[in-house]
Amino acid sequence: MTTVDKTSPKTSISKIYMKYIINLIGVAAVYGIVIFLVQRGIIDSYNLRILKSAGIFMIAAFGLNLILGFTGQLTMGHAAFMSIGAYFSAVMTQNFNAPFAISLLVGIIAAGIIAGLIGYPILRLRGDYLAICTLGFGEIIKVVIQNIDYVGGARGMTSIPVKSSFMIIFFCAAACFALLRNLINTTKGRAIKAIREDEIAAEAMGINPTRYKMTAFILGSAMAGLAGGLYAHFNTFIDPVTFNYSKSFDMITYVVLGGMGSLSGTVVGTLLLVILPESLRALAEYRMLIYAVLLVGLMIFRPSGILGTKEITVKGIINLFKKLGGKGKTTANNGKVGE
Amino acid sequence: MALLDVKGLTIKFGGLTAVSEVDMEIGDNNLVGLIGPNGAGKTTLFNMLTGVYVPTSGKIEFSGERIDGTKTYDITSKKIARTFQNIRLFKDMTVLENVMTSLNYQSKTNLLDCILHTPKQIKEEREMEEKALNFLKIMKLDGKANELAKNLPYGEQRRLEIARALAAEPKLLLLDEPAAGMNPQETAELTEMIRWIKEEFKISVLLIEHDMKLVMNVCEYIYVLSFGEIIAKGEPESIQKNPKVIEAYLGKGA
Repeated sequence: MTTVDKTSPKTSISKIYMKYIINLIGVAAVYGIVIFLVQRGIIDSYNLRILKSAGIFMIAAFGLNLILGFTGQLTMGHAAFMSIGAYFSAVMTQNFNAPFAISLLVGIIAAGIIAGLIGYPILRLRGDYLAICTLGFGEIIKVVIQNIDYVGGARGMTSIPVKSSFMIIFFCAAACFALLRNLINTTKGRAIKAIREDEIAAEAMGINPTRYKMTAFILGSAMAGLAGGLYAHFNTFIDPVTFNYSKSFDMITYVVLGGMGSLSGTVVGTLLLVILPESLRALAEYRMLIYAVLLVGLMIFRPSGILGTKEITVKGIINLFKKLGGKGKTTANNGKVGE
Repeated sequence: MALLDVKGLTIKFGGLTAVSEVDMEIGDNNLVGLIGPNGAGKTTLFNMLTGVYVPTSGKIEFSGERIDGTKTYDITSKKIARTFQNIRLFKDMTVLENVMTSLNYQSKTNLLDCILHTPKQIKEEREMEEKALNFLKIMKLDGKANELAKNLPYGEQRRLEIARALAAEPKLLLLDEPAAGMNPQETAELTEMIRWIKEEFKISVLLIEHDMKLVMNVCEYIYVLSFGEIIAKGEPESIQKNPKVIEAYLGKGA
Protein backbone atom coordinates (compact mmCIF):
# COMPACT_ATOMS: atom_id res chain seq x y z
CA MET A 1 0.00 0.00 0.00
CA THR A 2 1.37 3.38 -0.90
CA THR A 3 1.23 5.90 1.85
CA VAL A 4 -0.25 9.22 0.91
CA ASP A 5 0.78 12.11 3.09
CA LYS A 6 -2.57 12.88 4.65
CA THR A 7 -1.18 15.11 7.36
CA SER A 8 0.10 17.71 4.99
CA PRO A 9 1.59 20.59 6.95
CA LYS A 10 -0.27 22.99 4.74
CA THR A 11 -3.75 22.37 6.13
CA SER A 12 -5.05 25.84 6.77
CA ILE A 13 -6.44 26.92 10.11
CA SER A 14 -9.86 27.54 8.62
CA LYS A 15 -9.89 23.95 7.40
CA ILE A 16 -9.12 22.72 10.90
CA TYR A 17 -11.95 24.77 12.38
CA MET A 18 -14.18 23.53 9.55
CA LYS A 19 -13.48 20.03 10.81
CA TYR A 20 -14.58 21.05 14.28
CA ILE A 21 -17.82 22.45 12.96
CA ILE A 22 -18.51 19.21 11.12
CA ASN A 23 -17.85 17.26 14.31
CA LEU A 24 -20.11 19.61 16.24
CA ILE A 25 -22.91 19.03 13.74
CA GLY A 26 -22.32 15.30 14.09
CA VAL A 27 -22.69 15.50 17.88
CA ALA A 28 -25.82 17.63 17.59
CA ALA A 29 -27.27 15.14 15.11
CA VAL A 30 -26.75 12.22 17.49
CA TYR A 31 -28.42 14.21 20.25
CA GLY A 32 -31.29 15.09 17.94
CA ILE A 33 -31.83 11.46 16.99
CA VAL A 34 -31.98 10.33 20.62
CA ILE A 35 -34.40 13.12 21.55
CA PHE A 36 -36.55 12.28 18.52
CA LEU A 37 -36.67 8.63 19.59
CA VAL A 38 -37.62 9.66 23.10
CA GLN A 39 -40.43 11.88 21.86
CA ARG A 40 -41.72 9.14 19.59
CA GLY A 41 -41.76 6.86 22.61
CA ILE A 42 -39.32 4.39 21.05
CA ILE A 43 -37.01 5.03 23.98
CA ASP A 44 -39.16 4.91 27.10
CA SER A 45 -38.26 6.48 30.41
CA TYR A 46 -36.71 3.23 31.65
CA ASN A 47 -34.41 3.01 28.66
CA LEU A 48 -33.62 6.70 28.87
CA ARG A 49 -32.50 6.12 32.43
CA ILE A 50 -30.13 3.40 31.27
CA LEU A 51 -28.80 5.72 28.60
CA LYS A 52 -28.24 8.43 31.18
CA SER A 53 -26.38 6.08 33.45
CA ALA A 54 -24.30 4.90 30.49
CA GLY A 55 -23.47 8.53 29.73
CA ILE A 56 -22.32 9.17 33.27
CA PHE A 57 -20.07 6.14 33.38
CA MET A 58 -18.79 7.02 29.93
CA ILE A 59 -17.48 10.32 31.28
CA ALA A 60 -15.63 8.54 34.06
CA ALA A 61 -14.40 5.93 31.60
CA PHE A 62 -12.99 8.66 29.34
CA GLY A 63 -10.95 9.85 32.29
CA LEU A 64 -9.85 6.31 33.00
CA ASN A 65 -8.88 5.81 29.36
CA LEU A 66 -6.60 8.82 29.59
CA ILE A 67 -4.83 7.31 32.60
CA LEU A 68 -4.95 3.65 31.61
CA GLY A 69 -5.12 3.65 27.83
CA PHE A 70 -3.07 6.68 26.86
CA THR A 71 -0.62 7.03 29.74
CA GLY A 72 -0.46 3.32 30.48
CA GLN A 73 -0.83 3.62 34.24
CA LEU A 74 -2.95 0.87 35.77
CA THR A 75 -5.17 2.52 38.35
CA MET A 76 -7.81 0.54 40.22
CA GLY A 77 -9.28 3.26 42.36
CA HIS A 78 -11.04 5.29 39.72
CA ALA A 79 -14.45 4.96 41.38
CA ALA A 80 -13.04 6.65 44.47
CA PHE A 81 -12.69 9.87 42.51
CA MET A 82 -16.29 9.51 41.39
CA SER A 83 -17.17 9.18 45.03
CA ILE A 84 -15.26 12.33 45.92
CA GLY A 85 -16.96 14.26 43.13
CA ALA A 86 -20.37 12.90 44.07
CA TYR A 87 -20.09 13.76 47.74
CA PHE A 88 -18.62 17.22 47.25
CA SER A 89 -21.23 18.24 44.70
CA ALA A 90 -24.09 16.69 46.67
CA VAL A 91 -23.03 18.57 49.80
CA MET A 92 -22.79 21.79 47.80
CA THR A 93 -26.33 21.33 46.50
CA GLN A 94 -27.95 20.14 49.72
CA ASN A 95 -26.17 22.14 52.39
CA PHE A 96 -25.19 25.29 50.53
CA ASN A 97 -27.97 25.53 47.96
CA ALA A 98 -25.38 26.03 45.26
CA PRO A 99 -26.47 26.09 41.61
CA PHE A 100 -25.92 22.79 39.79
CA ALA A 101 -23.00 24.09 37.72
CA ILE A 102 -21.16 25.27 40.83
CA SER A 103 -21.79 21.94 42.58
CA LEU A 104 -20.38 20.05 39.63
CA LEU A 105 -17.40 22.36 39.46
CA VAL A 106 -16.64 21.87 43.16
CA GLY A 107 -16.82 18.10 42.62
CA ILE A 108 -14.45 18.30 39.66
CA ILE A 109 -11.95 20.49 41.49
CA ALA A 110 -12.07 18.40 44.66
CA ALA A 111 -11.41 15.20 42.71
CA GLY A 112 -8.61 16.92 40.80
CA ILE A 113 -6.91 18.27 43.92
CA ILE A 114 -7.10 14.97 45.76
CA ALA A 115 -5.77 13.22 42.65
CA GLY A 116 -2.85 15.64 42.68
CA LEU A 117 -2.12 15.00 46.34
CA ILE A 118 -2.29 11.24 46.04
CA GLY A 119 -0.73 11.10 42.58
CA TYR A 120 2.47 12.88 43.49
CA PRO A 121 3.82 10.12 45.74
CA ILE A 122 2.24 7.07 44.08
CA LEU A 123 2.80 7.78 40.38
CA ARG A 124 6.46 6.96 40.89
CA LEU A 125 5.37 3.37 41.29
CA ARG A 126 5.04 1.17 38.24
CA GLY A 127 2.69 -1.54 37.06
CA ASP A 128 1.21 -3.77 39.75
CA TYR A 129 2.58 -1.62 42.59
CA LEU A 130 0.59 1.34 41.34
CA ALA A 131 -2.47 -0.88 40.91
CA ILE A 132 -2.32 -2.13 44.50
CA CYS A 133 -1.76 1.37 45.80
CA THR A 134 -4.72 2.87 43.96
CA LEU A 135 -6.88 -0.08 44.98
CA GLY A 136 -5.99 0.63 48.60
CA PHE A 137 -6.64 4.33 48.11
CA GLY A 138 -10.15 3.56 46.86
CA GLU A 139 -10.90 1.52 49.97
CA ILE A 140 -9.48 4.25 52.22
CA ILE A 141 -11.77 6.83 50.66
CA LYS A 142 -14.72 4.51 51.23
CA VAL A 143 -13.87 4.00 54.89
CA VAL A 144 -13.20 7.69 55.45
CA ILE A 145 -16.59 8.65 54.05
CA GLN A 146 -18.27 5.95 56.12
CA ASN A 147 -16.94 7.70 59.20
CA ILE A 148 -17.89 11.26 58.34
CA ASP A 149 -21.25 11.91 59.98
CA TYR A 150 -21.65 15.21 58.18
CA VAL A 151 -22.34 13.35 54.94
CA GLY A 152 -24.39 10.62 56.56
CA GLY A 153 -21.62 8.09 57.18
CA ALA A 154 -22.49 4.59 56.07
CA ARG A 155 -26.14 5.57 55.60
CA GLY A 156 -25.17 7.73 52.67
CA MET A 157 -26.90 10.85 51.40
CA THR A 158 -30.53 10.73 50.40
CA SER A 159 -32.98 12.93 48.54
CA ILE A 160 -30.45 14.77 46.46
CA PRO A 161 -32.46 16.78 43.93
CA VAL A 162 -32.57 15.41 40.39
CA LYS A 163 -30.70 17.82 38.17
CA SER A 164 -28.77 15.67 35.71
CA SER A 165 -30.92 15.86 32.60
CA PHE A 166 -30.08 13.82 29.53
CA MET A 167 -29.02 17.00 27.78
CA ILE A 168 -26.50 17.92 30.47
CA ILE A 169 -25.05 14.42 30.62
CA PHE A 170 -24.86 14.14 26.86
CA PHE A 171 -23.06 17.43 26.37
CA CYS A 172 -20.73 16.83 29.31
CA ALA A 173 -19.75 13.52 27.71
CA ALA A 174 -19.30 15.18 24.32
CA ALA A 175 -17.18 17.93 25.88
CA CYS A 176 -14.96 15.40 27.67
CA PHE A 177 -14.58 13.44 24.45
CA ALA A 178 -13.61 16.58 22.53
CA LEU A 179 -11.23 17.70 25.24
CA LEU A 180 -9.35 14.41 25.27
CA ARG A 181 -9.40 14.03 21.51
CA ASN A 182 -7.85 17.47 21.18
CA LEU A 183 -5.29 16.85 23.87
CA ILE A 184 -4.15 13.53 22.45
CA ASN A 185 -3.27 15.02 19.07
CA THR A 186 -0.95 17.66 20.43
CA THR A 187 2.61 17.66 21.67
CA LYS A 188 1.44 17.04 25.23
CA GLY A 189 -0.68 14.13 24.07
CA ARG A 190 2.27 12.65 22.25
CA ALA A 191 4.38 13.01 25.37
CA ILE A 192 1.70 11.13 27.31
CA LYS A 193 1.56 8.34 24.73
CA ALA A 194 5.36 8.16 24.60
CA ILE A 195 5.38 7.41 28.34
CA ARG A 196 2.99 4.53 27.74
CA GLU A 197 5.14 3.18 24.92
CA ASP A 198 8.53 3.39 26.60
CA GLU A 199 9.15 5.44 29.67
CA ILE A 200 12.94 5.23 29.49
CA ALA A 201 13.05 6.36 25.87
CA ALA A 202 10.54 9.13 26.57
CA GLU A 203 12.70 10.41 29.39
CA ALA A 204 15.76 10.35 27.15
CA MET A 205 13.86 12.48 24.63
CA GLY A 206 13.30 15.23 27.16
CA ILE A 207 9.91 14.24 28.58
CA ASN A 208 9.47 14.50 32.31
CA PRO A 209 7.41 11.38 33.01
CA THR A 210 6.22 12.36 36.47
CA ARG A 211 4.87 15.65 35.20
CA TYR A 212 2.88 14.14 32.37
CA LYS A 213 1.64 11.25 34.45
CA MET A 214 0.40 13.80 36.98
CA THR A 215 -1.32 15.82 34.27
CA ALA A 216 -3.10 12.76 32.96
CA PHE A 217 -3.97 11.48 36.42
CA ILE A 218 -5.43 14.79 37.57
CA LEU A 219 -7.37 15.36 34.35
CA GLY A 220 -8.69 11.80 34.33
CA SER A 221 -9.69 11.91 37.97
CA ALA A 222 -11.36 15.28 37.53
CA MET A 223 -13.52 13.68 34.84
CA ALA A 224 -14.42 10.96 37.32
CA GLY A 225 -15.33 13.79 39.72
CA LEU A 226 -17.65 15.27 37.11
CA ALA A 227 -19.23 11.86 36.55
CA GLY A 228 -19.69 11.48 40.30
CA GLY A 229 -21.42 14.83 40.56
CA LEU A 230 -23.75 13.93 37.72
CA TYR A 231 -24.42 10.53 39.27
CA ALA A 232 -25.38 12.06 42.63
CA HIS A 233 -27.93 14.33 40.94
CA PHE A 234 -29.19 11.48 38.81
CA ASN A 235 -29.61 8.70 41.33
CA THR A 236 -30.65 11.03 44.21
CA PHE A 237 -29.02 8.60 46.62
CA ILE A 238 -25.35 7.91 47.17
CA ASP A 239 -23.55 5.91 49.82
CA PRO A 240 -19.89 4.93 50.19
CA VAL A 241 -20.50 1.43 48.82
CA THR A 242 -21.90 2.80 45.55
CA PHE A 243 -18.36 3.56 44.52
CA ASN A 244 -16.42 0.56 45.73
CA TYR A 245 -13.74 -1.34 43.86
CA SER A 246 -16.18 -3.32 41.74
CA LYS A 247 -17.23 -0.04 40.09
CA SER A 248 -13.57 0.65 39.36
CA PHE A 249 -13.25 -2.78 37.78
CA ASP A 250 -16.42 -2.21 35.76
CA MET A 251 -14.90 0.92 34.30
CA ILE A 252 -11.62 -0.83 33.55
CA THR A 253 -13.69 -3.40 31.65
CA TYR A 254 -15.41 -0.67 29.62
CA VAL A 255 -12.07 0.83 28.64
CA VAL A 256 -10.26 -2.42 27.92
CA LEU A 257 -13.15 -3.91 25.98
CA GLY A 258 -13.61 -0.81 23.86
CA GLY A 259 -9.90 -0.58 23.21
CA MET A 260 -7.30 1.11 25.35
CA GLY A 261 -6.22 4.30 23.68
CA SER A 262 -9.40 4.70 21.63
CA LEU A 263 -11.97 7.24 22.81
CA SER A 264 -14.68 6.01 20.48
CA GLY A 265 -13.81 2.56 21.77
CA THR A 266 -14.73 3.74 25.25
CA VAL A 267 -18.06 4.99 23.90
CA VAL A 268 -18.77 1.63 22.29
CA GLY A 269 -17.50 -0.35 25.28
CA THR A 270 -19.51 1.59 27.83
CA LEU A 271 -22.74 1.56 25.83
CA LEU A 272 -22.38 -2.16 25.18
CA LEU A 273 -21.58 -3.15 28.73
CA VAL A 274 -24.19 -0.95 30.36
CA ILE A 275 -26.97 -1.79 27.93
CA LEU A 276 -26.17 -5.48 27.41
CA PRO A 277 -26.82 -6.68 30.98
CA GLU A 278 -30.06 -4.73 30.97
CA SER A 279 -31.26 -6.10 27.66
CA LEU A 280 -30.51 -9.64 28.81
CA ARG A 281 -32.77 -9.18 31.82
CA ALA A 282 -35.37 -11.48 30.31
CA LEU A 283 -32.94 -14.37 30.65
CA ALA A 284 -32.99 -13.97 34.42
CA GLU A 285 -30.12 -15.79 36.09
CA TYR A 286 -28.45 -16.80 32.83
CA ARG A 287 -27.83 -13.12 32.18
CA MET A 288 -24.46 -12.85 33.86
CA LEU A 289 -23.38 -16.13 32.31
CA ILE A 290 -23.97 -14.85 28.80
CA TYR A 291 -22.37 -11.55 29.72
CA ALA A 292 -19.26 -13.38 30.93
CA VAL A 293 -19.10 -15.61 27.85
CA LEU A 294 -19.32 -12.58 25.59
CA LEU A 295 -16.52 -10.89 27.51
CA VAL A 296 -14.26 -13.92 27.36
CA GLY A 297 -15.02 -14.36 23.67
CA LEU A 298 -14.16 -10.77 22.89
CA MET A 299 -10.93 -10.96 24.80
CA ILE A 300 -9.93 -14.09 22.90
CA PHE A 301 -10.82 -12.84 19.45
CA ARG A 302 -9.98 -9.18 19.91
CA PRO A 303 -7.43 -8.91 22.72
CA SER A 304 -6.76 -5.25 21.94
CA GLY A 305 -10.42 -4.35 22.43
CA ILE A 306 -13.20 -3.80 19.94
CA LEU A 307 -11.55 -0.81 18.27
CA GLY A 308 -7.93 -1.27 19.33
CA THR A 309 -6.38 2.17 19.22
CA LYS A 310 -8.41 3.28 16.20
CA GLU A 311 -11.03 5.99 16.25
CA ILE A 312 -14.36 6.34 14.54
CA THR A 313 -14.39 9.69 12.77
CA VAL A 314 -16.79 11.48 10.49
CA LYS A 315 -14.15 11.34 7.78
CA GLY A 316 -13.64 7.63 8.38
CA ILE A 317 -17.36 6.95 8.05
CA ILE A 318 -17.56 8.97 4.84
CA ASN A 319 -14.57 7.06 3.47
CA LEU A 320 -16.20 3.79 4.42
CA PHE A 321 -19.40 4.73 2.59
CA LYS A 322 -17.39 5.82 -0.43
CA LYS A 323 -15.63 2.50 -0.41
CA LEU A 324 -18.86 0.58 -0.07
CA GLY A 325 -20.43 2.62 -2.86
CA GLY A 326 -17.36 2.06 -5.00
CA LYS A 327 -17.35 5.76 -5.85
CA GLY A 328 -14.27 6.73 -3.90
CA LYS A 329 -11.17 6.74 -6.08
CA THR A 330 -8.30 6.10 -3.70
CA THR A 331 -8.71 6.83 -0.05
CA ALA A 332 -5.49 7.34 1.78
CA ASN A 333 -6.20 4.90 4.56
CA ASN A 334 -8.90 2.59 3.38
CA GLY A 335 -7.53 -0.19 5.51
CA LYS A 336 -9.04 1.17 8.67
CA VAL A 337 -11.90 3.20 9.95
CA GLY A 338 -10.92 6.70 10.91
CA GLU A 339 -7.48 8.16 11.20
CA MET B 1 37.44 24.45 25.53
CA ALA B 2 36.10 21.03 24.82
CA LEU B 3 32.41 20.44 24.23
CA LEU B 4 32.36 17.48 26.59
CA ASP B 5 34.88 17.23 29.36
CA VAL B 6 34.79 14.17 31.58
CA LYS B 7 37.17 13.90 34.51
CA GLY B 8 37.73 10.99 36.88
CA LEU B 9 34.32 9.54 36.25
CA THR B 10 33.63 6.55 38.48
CA ILE B 11 30.52 4.57 39.27
CA LYS B 12 30.19 1.72 41.73
CA PHE B 13 27.28 -0.68 41.97
CA GLY B 14 27.70 -2.14 45.44
CA GLY B 15 31.17 -3.62 45.43
CA LEU B 16 31.52 -3.59 41.67
CA THR B 17 33.29 -0.70 40.02
CA ALA B 18 31.68 -0.60 36.59
CA VAL B 19 33.50 2.46 35.34
CA SER B 20 36.59 3.76 37.01
CA GLU B 21 38.45 7.07 36.66
CA VAL B 22 37.49 7.73 33.07
CA ASP B 23 38.80 10.90 31.48
CA MET B 24 37.39 11.86 28.13
CA GLU B 25 37.33 14.93 25.98
CA ILE B 26 35.25 15.59 22.91
CA GLY B 27 35.71 18.77 20.92
CA ASP B 28 33.26 20.59 18.68
CA ASN B 29 32.25 18.73 15.56
CA ASN B 30 34.24 15.62 16.42
CA LEU B 31 33.45 12.04 15.61
CA VAL B 32 34.65 9.93 18.49
CA GLY B 33 34.40 6.19 18.91
CA LEU B 34 34.11 4.24 22.13
CA ILE B 35 34.99 0.59 21.80
CA GLY B 36 35.75 -2.27 24.11
CA PRO B 37 34.82 -5.90 24.79
CA ASN B 38 31.37 -6.82 26.08
CA GLY B 39 30.77 -5.73 29.64
CA ALA B 40 33.52 -3.12 29.55
CA GLY B 41 31.16 -0.41 30.78
CA LYS B 42 30.48 1.46 27.54
CA THR B 43 26.73 1.68 27.96
CA THR B 44 27.15 2.49 31.65
CA LEU B 45 29.30 5.42 30.62
CA PHE B 46 26.55 6.49 28.20
CA ASN B 47 24.00 6.22 30.96
CA MET B 48 26.05 8.54 33.14
CA LEU B 49 26.40 11.05 30.35
CA THR B 50 22.63 11.06 29.90
CA GLY B 51 21.74 11.24 33.57
CA VAL B 52 20.32 7.72 33.91
CA TYR B 53 22.98 6.91 36.51
CA VAL B 54 24.51 9.42 38.89
CA PRO B 55 28.29 8.89 39.02
CA THR B 56 29.84 7.95 42.38
CA SER B 57 32.62 10.44 41.80
CA GLY B 58 34.12 12.56 39.07
CA LYS B 59 32.55 15.26 36.99
CA ILE B 60 31.00 15.75 33.57
CA GLU B 61 31.12 19.17 31.98
CA PHE B 62 29.20 19.97 28.85
CA SER B 63 29.68 23.34 27.14
CA GLY B 64 31.32 24.55 30.33
CA GLU B 65 28.40 23.49 32.52
CA ARG B 66 28.40 20.63 35.02
CA ILE B 67 25.75 18.13 34.07
CA ASP B 68 26.46 15.11 36.28
CA GLY B 69 23.41 14.46 38.42
CA THR B 70 21.08 16.31 36.03
CA LYS B 71 17.84 14.47 35.39
CA THR B 72 17.66 12.54 32.13
CA TYR B 73 14.81 14.64 30.75
CA ASP B 74 16.72 17.86 31.42
CA ILE B 75 19.79 16.56 29.58
CA THR B 76 17.88 16.90 26.29
CA SER B 77 17.50 20.64 26.73
CA LYS B 78 21.24 20.81 27.41
CA LYS B 79 21.59 19.48 23.86
CA ILE B 80 22.63 15.87 24.30
CA ALA B 81 20.58 13.15 22.63
CA ARG B 82 21.05 9.42 22.41
CA THR B 83 19.92 6.22 20.77
CA PHE B 84 19.62 2.86 22.47
CA GLN B 85 21.47 -0.40 22.05
CA ASN B 86 18.22 -2.36 22.03
CA ILE B 87 15.84 -0.30 19.94
CA ARG B 88 13.43 1.68 22.08
CA LEU B 89 10.95 3.27 19.72
CA PHE B 90 7.42 4.32 20.58
CA LYS B 91 6.08 1.26 18.79
CA ASP B 92 2.39 2.07 18.59
CA MET B 93 2.92 5.62 17.43
CA THR B 94 3.55 6.65 13.84
CA VAL B 95 7.01 7.32 12.50
CA LEU B 96 6.22 11.03 12.35
CA GLU B 97 4.89 11.08 15.91
CA ASN B 98 8.05 9.36 17.11
CA VAL B 99 10.18 12.15 15.74
CA MET B 100 7.82 14.90 16.87
CA THR B 101 8.01 13.60 20.42
CA SER B 102 11.57 14.77 20.81
CA LEU B 103 10.54 18.29 19.82
CA ASN B 104 8.29 18.41 22.86
CA TYR B 105 10.87 20.01 25.13
CA GLN B 106 10.90 23.10 22.92
CA SER B 107 7.13 23.50 23.04
CA LYS B 108 5.84 26.83 24.23
CA THR B 109 2.20 25.86 24.48
CA ASN B 110 0.50 25.09 27.77
CA LEU B 111 -2.15 22.50 28.56
CA LEU B 112 -5.00 24.88 27.78
CA ASP B 113 -3.59 25.67 24.35
CA CYS B 114 -3.44 21.96 23.70
CA ILE B 115 -6.97 21.22 24.85
CA LEU B 116 -8.52 24.13 22.93
CA HIS B 117 -6.27 23.91 19.85
CA THR B 118 -5.63 27.64 19.91
CA PRO B 119 -4.10 29.24 16.80
CA LYS B 120 -0.80 29.37 18.70
CA GLN B 121 -0.93 25.63 19.22
CA ILE B 122 -1.93 24.94 15.61
CA LYS B 123 0.94 27.06 14.37
CA GLU B 124 3.42 25.34 16.66
CA GLU B 125 2.08 21.93 15.66
CA ARG B 126 2.60 22.75 12.01
CA GLU B 127 6.14 23.97 12.60
CA MET B 128 6.94 20.81 14.55
CA GLU B 129 5.51 18.66 11.80
CA GLU B 130 7.57 20.39 9.15
CA LYS B 131 10.70 20.06 11.23
CA ALA B 132 10.03 16.40 11.92
CA LEU B 133 9.35 15.64 8.26
CA ASN B 134 12.63 17.27 7.45
CA PHE B 135 14.48 14.94 9.78
CA LEU B 136 12.64 11.99 8.31
CA LYS B 137 13.71 13.09 4.86
CA ILE B 138 17.32 13.19 6.01
CA MET B 139 17.08 9.63 7.27
CA LYS B 140 15.18 8.61 4.09
CA LEU B 141 12.06 7.73 6.03
CA ASP B 142 9.70 10.42 4.75
CA GLY B 143 7.78 7.90 2.67
CA LYS B 144 6.79 6.08 5.82
CA ALA B 145 5.78 9.03 7.97
CA ASN B 146 2.33 7.65 8.76
CA GLU B 147 3.27 4.06 9.38
CA LEU B 148 3.45 2.67 12.88
CA ALA B 149 7.01 2.43 14.10
CA LYS B 150 6.64 -1.26 14.94
CA ASN B 151 5.85 -2.09 11.30
CA LEU B 152 9.17 -0.82 9.99
CA PRO B 153 11.91 -3.29 9.06
CA TYR B 154 14.83 -3.49 11.46
CA GLY B 155 17.26 -1.25 9.59
CA GLU B 156 14.66 1.47 9.26
CA GLN B 157 13.83 1.26 12.95
CA ARG B 158 17.50 1.93 13.65
CA ARG B 159 17.43 4.91 11.32
CA LEU B 160 14.24 6.18 12.93
CA GLU B 161 15.94 6.10 16.31
CA ILE B 162 18.69 8.29 14.91
CA ALA B 163 16.12 10.63 13.33
CA ARG B 164 14.33 10.92 16.65
CA ALA B 165 17.56 11.73 18.48
CA LEU B 166 18.57 14.25 15.80
CA ALA B 167 15.22 15.99 16.07
CA ALA B 168 16.09 16.96 19.62
CA GLU B 169 18.70 19.18 17.95
CA PRO B 170 21.67 18.03 20.00
CA LYS B 171 25.22 19.33 19.98
CA LEU B 172 26.39 15.89 21.02
CA LEU B 173 24.79 12.78 19.63
CA LEU B 174 25.37 9.50 21.47
CA LEU B 175 24.90 6.43 19.30
CA ASP B 176 24.78 3.11 21.11
CA GLU B 177 25.65 0.37 18.61
CA PRO B 178 23.75 1.83 15.66
CA ALA B 179 24.92 -0.90 13.29
CA ALA B 180 23.98 -3.85 15.50
CA GLY B 181 22.08 -6.38 13.45
CA MET B 182 22.53 -4.57 10.16
CA ASN B 183 23.83 -6.29 7.05
CA PRO B 184 27.07 -5.04 5.40
CA GLN B 185 25.13 -3.00 2.84
CA GLU B 186 23.07 -1.26 5.52
CA THR B 187 26.19 -0.70 7.62
CA ALA B 188 27.94 0.95 4.71
CA GLU B 189 24.98 3.26 4.21
CA LEU B 190 24.92 4.04 7.91
CA THR B 191 28.62 4.88 7.88
CA GLU B 192 28.02 7.44 5.16
CA MET B 193 25.02 8.79 6.99
CA ILE B 194 26.86 9.29 10.27
CA ARG B 195 29.65 11.12 8.52
CA TRP B 196 27.16 13.25 6.63
CA ILE B 197 25.17 14.09 9.77
CA LYS B 198 28.29 15.26 11.51
CA GLU B 199 29.20 17.57 8.62
CA GLU B 200 25.68 18.79 7.92
CA PHE B 201 24.63 19.62 11.47
CA LYS B 202 28.08 20.51 12.75
CA ILE B 203 27.56 18.30 15.77
CA SER B 204 29.80 15.93 17.65
CA VAL B 205 29.08 12.23 17.68
CA LEU B 206 30.12 9.68 20.27
CA LEU B 207 29.73 6.20 18.91
CA ILE B 208 29.70 2.84 20.65
CA GLU B 209 30.15 0.13 18.08
CA HIS B 210 31.44 -3.38 17.72
CA ASP B 211 31.73 -3.20 13.95
CA MET B 212 35.43 -2.36 13.72
CA LYS B 213 35.23 -1.56 10.05
CA LEU B 214 32.65 1.13 10.74
CA VAL B 215 34.55 2.52 13.72
CA MET B 216 37.93 2.64 11.99
CA ASN B 217 36.33 4.11 8.90
CA VAL B 218 34.39 6.90 10.43
CA CYS B 219 35.94 7.89 13.76
CA GLU B 220 38.57 10.58 14.11
CA TYR B 221 39.50 9.56 17.62
CA ILE B 222 38.90 6.41 19.58
CA TYR B 223 38.71 5.54 23.25
CA VAL B 224 39.09 1.92 24.26
CA LEU B 225 37.38 0.79 27.43
CA SER B 226 38.14 -2.50 29.15
CA PHE B 227 36.91 -3.55 32.58
CA GLY B 228 35.75 -0.02 33.24
CA GLU B 229 39.04 1.67 32.47
CA ILE B 230 40.33 3.53 29.46
CA ILE B 231 43.21 1.39 28.27
CA ALA B 232 44.00 3.29 25.11
CA LYS B 233 43.04 6.38 23.18
CA GLY B 234 44.16 7.86 19.91
CA GLU B 235 43.70 7.93 16.16
CA PRO B 236 42.30 4.79 14.54
CA GLU B 237 45.71 3.80 13.09
CA SER B 238 47.45 3.88 16.45
CA ILE B 239 44.59 2.02 18.13
CA GLN B 240 44.83 -0.78 15.61
CA LYS B 241 48.50 -1.27 16.47
CA ASN B 242 48.16 -0.78 20.21
CA PRO B 243 49.25 -4.03 21.96
CA LYS B 244 46.93 -3.39 24.94
CA VAL B 245 43.92 -3.18 22.68
CA ILE B 246 44.88 -6.33 20.83
CA GLU B 247 45.30 -8.07 24.17
CA ALA B 248 41.90 -6.90 25.45
CA TYR B 249 40.18 -8.16 22.33
CA LEU B 250 42.13 -11.30 21.53
CA GLY B 251 43.77 -12.25 24.80
CA LYS B 252 47.47 -12.56 25.62
CA GLY B 253 49.90 -14.02 23.10
CA ALA B 254 47.66 -13.41 20.13
